Amino acid sequence: MLDLTPEEWTAVALSLRVATVSTLVALPFGIAIAHVLARKEFWGKPLLDAIVLLPLVLPPVVTGYLLLVTFGRRAPLGAFLADHLGLVFSFRWTGAALASGIMAFPLMVRAIRLSIEAVDRRLENAASTLGANPFWRFLTITLPLTLPGIIAGMMLAFARALGEFGATITFVSNIPGETQTISAAIYSLTQVPGGDAAALRLVAVAICISYAALLAAEFFARRAQRRLHGD
Amino acid sequence: MLAVDVQKQLGAFALDARFASEGGVTALFGASGTGKTTVIMTIAGLTRPDRGSIVLDGEVLFDSDKRLDVKPWKRRIGTVFQEARLFPHLSVRHNLDYGRWMSGLPADARAFAHALELLDIGHLVDRRPGKLSGGERQRVAFGRALLMRPRLLLLDEPLASLDAARKAEILPYLERLRDDARVPMIYVSHNADEVRRIATRVVRLEAGRVAAQGGVEIL
Repeated sequence: MLDLTPEEWTAVALSLRVATVSTLVALPFGIAIAHVLARKEFWGKPLLDAIVLLPLVLPPVVTGYLLLVTFGRRAPLGAFLADHLGLVFSFRWTGAALASGIMAFPLMVRAIRLSIEAVDRRLENAASTLGANPFWRFLTITLPLTLPGIIAGMMLAFARALGEFGATITFVSNIPGETQTISAAIYSLTQVPGGDAAALRLVAVAICISYAALLAAEFFARRAQRRLHGD
Repeated sequence: MLAVDVQKQLGAFALDARFASEGGVTALFGASGTGKTTVIMTIAGLTRPDRGSIVLDGEVLFDSDKRLDVKPWKRRIGTVFQEARLFPHLSVRHNLDYGRWMSGLPADARAFAHALELLDIGHLVDRRPGKLSGGERQRVAFGRALLMRPRLLLLDEPLASLDAARKAEILPYLERLRDDARVPMIYVSHNADEVRRIATRVVRLEAGRVAAQGGVEIL
């Protein structure tokens, strides 16, 4: 049905890898920040809230450029990470994952935060009287009750990472086999004569992946809801 | 032995309650809005008094002068709330086991079986709280509080959310709990008949203050 060339398969595989890794790496940070924003009151909370939301409102190219001057090989932080941890972001797929993760972060945090805010505090109080300290209470009560929101947040982040273009191409360019995701590949194909057929194939693949992700998220969210309210 | 002496300002309402309980079932009796629930929440550690002290079996749980405030999860005080507050994502069995697990107590199959029998909830253990009736839920909540082996049981109007028929169904279980478990209890209620059946001692609250305390005859 879909006769993809090896190069096109590479772009598809890379997209999936970038979206999956960025979603999974962002998740613990997303849960932590969402928990802080949902439950803690502190000075500067509106500032933190705004910083988390910033990638959503900044032009993606701006985010990409900021990443370049922060994590580029010649930037102090980028050089430090490369020299001491062997972690190179510039012009690598890891950089694409970083850019995607940052672009997706606000959506993920928002979904999880709303879900944490909806958790019945009275259940947490009950857990406290039963001997659960804040750490265990969070792990055994708050987190499971937040699961539908976590699934929704992961789904949004995955979709956002899949569609990420501006920040990625600015930060790590458009290198086939290394940083060329589906979106970048489609863009490249539309820039050359006779690329339409290949572009259409990739468009079809992008639709399939997005649709499958949506169905999977719906399935897991339903299952989580049933677990919470069934008998 | 429990000694409570707490003051708390809540808007225009001033709570200033002083009483002691020597074990058995002490009822905190009074109309709604007299501060009964606030008192019990300070004992559980979920509400912080402005001033005062709370001492249970010689251990100071709260003392504003000494800046002492034992966290609720370290108090080992079982609490049954008006709404059962069962954890919806856990089976009845895991709800019952939660307190024991969180308090780091070893599994005790005999105590578990005994609680199931006492409260007649054995047939519910594999179900989730979502589909239980109000009365069943409250019985599981009793079991959950009991199985953490508390030093004191707090019951905050545990029958208030049930209709008359359900109340009549639950009351015998409460009496069995009282006679069998031998855990001192504080029982909050605004219902004199209920208090007469359950309590051995009564503390009557009026407008945030203790108006009288003594046997059930003061009702």
